[in-house]
Amino acid sequence: MNILKIDHIEKYYGNKSSLTKAIDDISFEVEQGEFVAIMGASGSGKTTLLNCISTIDKVTSGHITIGNIDITKLKGNQLNQFRREELGFIFQDFNLLDTLTSYENIALALTIQNIKGKELEKRIEKISQELDIKDILNKYPYQLSGGEKQRIASARAIITNPKLILADEPTGALDSKSAKMLLEKLDYLNRERQATILMVTHDAFTASYTKRVIFIKDGKIFNEINRGESSRKEFFDKIIDVVTLLGGDYSDAL
Amino acid sequence: MLCKLSFKNIQKSIKDYAIYFFTLILGVSIFYIFNALESQTVMLKVSSSTLDIIKLMIEMLEAVSIFISFILGFLIIYASRFLIKRRKKEFGIYLTLGMSKRKISMILFIETLFIGIISLAIGLLLGILLSQLMSIFVANLFEADLTKFTFIFSSSAMIKTWIYFGIMYLFVMAFNTINIRKCKLIDLLHASKKTETIRLKNTTFCIILFLLSVSSLSYAYYLVSFGIEKILNIQDIFIPIIIGCVSTFFLFWSLSGLMVKLITKIKKVYYHHLNSFTLKQVSSKINTTVFSMALISLMLFVTICVLSSALSLKNSMSANLKTLAPIDLELRKKRNLTLEEVENQWNLNQNMIEDSKISLEDTLKNLEIDYQNLLSDIISFPIYQEQITLKDTLGTYYEEANKNYPYMRFALKEDIIRLSDYNTAAKLLNQPQYSLKENEYMIISDFDSTIPLRNEGLKRNTAIKILGKNYYPKYQECQNGFIHISSNHINMGILIVPDHAVEDHFIHENIWLANYKNTSTKAEKQKIEDVILKIENHPYIKNTSLNITTKLSLQEASIGLGALVTFIGLYIGIIFLISSAAILALKELSESSDNKERFQILRKIGVDEKMIHQALFRQIGIFFLFPLLIAIIHSIFGITFCNYILETIGNEKLIESIIMTAIFLMIIYGGYFLITYSCSKNIIKEK
Repeated sequence: MNILKIDHIEKYYGNKSSLTKAIDDISFEVEQGEFVAIMGASGSGKTTLLNCISTIDKVTSGHITIGNIDITKLKGNQLNQFRREELGFIFQDFNLLDTLTSYENIALALTIQNIKGKELEKRIEKISQELDIKDILNKYPYQLSGGEKQRIASARAIITNPKLILADEPTGALDSKSAKMLLEKLDYLNRERQATILMVTHDAFTASYTKRVIFIKDGKIFNEINRGESSRKEFFDKIIDVVTLLGGDYSDAL
Repeated sequence: MLCKLSFKNIQKSIKDYAIYFFTLILGVSIFYIFNALESQTVMLKVSSSTLDIIKLMIEMLEAVSIFISFILGFLIIYASRFLIKRRKKEFGIYLTLGMSKRKISMILFIETLFIGIISLAIGLLLGILLSQLMSIFVANLFEADLTKFTFIFSSSAMIKTWIYFGIMYLFVMAFNTINIRKCKLIDLLHASKKTETIRLKNTTFCIILFLLSVSSLSYAYYLVSFGIEKILNIQDIFIPIIIGCVSTFFLFWSLSGLMVKLITKIKKVYYHHLNSFTLKQVSSKINTTVFSMALISLMLFVTICVLSSALSLKNSMSANLKTLAPIDLELRKKRNLTLEEVENQWNLNQNMIEDSKISLEDTLKNLEIDYQNLLSDIISFPIYQEQITLKDTLGTYYEEANKNYPYMRFALKEDIIRLSDYNTAAKLLNQPQYSLKENEYMIISDFDSTIPLRNEGLKRNTAIKILGKNYYPKYQECQNGFIHISSNHINMGILIVPDHAVEDHFIHENIWLANYKNTSTKAEKQKIEDVILKIENHPYIKNTSLNITTKLSLQEASIGLGALVTFIGLYIGIIFLISSAAILALKELSESSDNKERFQILRKIGVDEKMIHQALFRQIGIFFLFPLLIAIIHSIFGITFCNYILETIGNEKLIESIIMTAIFLMIIYGGYFLITYSCSKNIIKEK
């Protein structure tokens, strides 16, 4: 079943005299339970794409369907409601509230949906076990390492059982060890919880944890590869091949 | 170049400056209005005694202005510090671009100059306009005729405003320069990125401190309310004030910690919508702003007390006059003066002994006053003094009273009046009339402080002995009443006895109560009064202890005093109110950049705008309400205390003036709240 269907979307910036096509006719689909990465160099349009999917930005033309809802037609508070109930977010810079403890940060995602009491406690208990964050629940963000913060953010993203989790460079601010640990957790969530994850990254290592990688260049889909039955290492090599193919500019970004 | 940059900066950050600007304008205009009062009162046609009071008022307002300028100066420095804090990054960029610190100071200097000049100009304009309204109010207060409207402009007040605010701005500039010089580039650039460490307070310590501050506050409250009798001299008042201030500070400190702990425990409330977020927002700031919150609370407290007491004082003075001075004139003269008495009292001299042997009527004849054509409704009666003192009327209560009221003069001889005389006077004074059996006496008094004391004596059925005969109290309590016209309730007690109880040689004073003949308007009364007051210039006046009290003079004095109190109360009250509201508003707004990021995160995880606005509203609301709440609790006791002190003058219409104060508070404080809320809303909206 399709969770996400992107149908010929375009996103233009600027005016007639200087038009920038950030996204130039992109279409793809994401099945339920998939773990997909979108790769591309800086300025390739991947973040714009993610912003459009996450309803933070609006497309110029085309349709994005999540579940059965065409989100390009939603307005105002409908958008907020949709974002809050159907989507989960993991950001590069964590976006945790510095005044709240980890527990409270996670709980906030539920309380704004009016979930409270026993249900709230139960869910947090479960997710904290799965993501191995039980010991840090009562700490404040400034007391945590980057990896720990990102796991808290992941817990916040998944706890509402969203249809789709959107991750924007989740390992961007992490050291390699923390990055690896986080990716394993995301992989776990994907496998055990059947969470659908769409991740934007420019890092081949990060992308190699997914099942499918879509490459974007200059606002267009450049290539797409499936992991299939191959091991992570083999998949990594395949990704590197495509990256090499993508050319000079990209290798700088690596 | 620098000028252009400064001007652009102001334009750009006009939203941040708005409330600062608004406060400055208000400050300037209020400063002008109250300093321009002098030229307004000059225009009024008032009597010389009123003029004296106006003079006093102007002098006091000048003194208060100095105090006010200090408050405003601190406010402005405080505000500019906040604005600098908010712009640290901007300054950091200037520094990295190679601008020298001196140039940055120069930018700030020009900005302050700009803002200063503009706010002074607008503030003065507003002040001049508002002072026209004020002149109507002034005329009303002094009950002067404002026959024709004249546009009043006080150049002296304007110059004074320029000078005072000029000095304040100079201080701000100096302060800014120092502030910039101390800054380090790295701190400036990373100013916004500093994560605030949340210092958790020790719960037990918080609880202990909370209990301590609550109990010491209660003690201070007790001192100024129920334990009020213990306050004997002026220094004692400082004890509850100091206790109050210190414990208010600790209360805020401990409560900010405890409140969070407590609400966190109530999971149903805490984990509901954005409550956890809002609470943490508030608590994280309360941690760092305890001192200013406590200060604001105290300032609000002073505002509430000063405003409501001043207004009530003014109200009650005019109300008192109506009942306490129902007739136009009272004359009183000492009789049967002894050498001893003359030597002991500063206002008597030996010549008066001779005069005290003749009747008041004869004295008037000596003064060549044609009273028969000037006065009507004349009532003449004597007041007696025997050996009876206050101590005697207290009876067995004296021992205890002496302990409780060590400053009371118990050896003072009691004034005595015959029943028939009292009843005739009471009729004229619109007071109830009484009857007594032949062995009864009663006491009339309207001074709230001595009534309970006297009541104790009456309750004990204390007998008084006059000419060997015993008299017993008819009532167990003092009856409300007075003999002498006055503007306040100051009759500390007069004994009424049956007519046969006293003899002529006890006569101590002669009293005349009278109205002016055939007069109804104030002008007509004034005419007769002028004639009567001429006797002050008569040579014989030095030889008599004659004392003249007129309704008109009482009125003028009380109006003047009322106006004085009202103006000073309004002046201090409004400035305090504006200052505290402005500090709160600026604090909220200056931290809105931090908030902006947080609210942005909330938006990203899909919180409704409505919920965000609600959270913001609550957050700011708590900030404004918390100090106000404490201030109101303080004020309940503060006003009680003010009431007690001002009891002699009266506290009628207290509720009315409290309502007036509440309206004032709602408009100014509430206005600042709303402005802050809408400004913050704008700031967090920006992307």
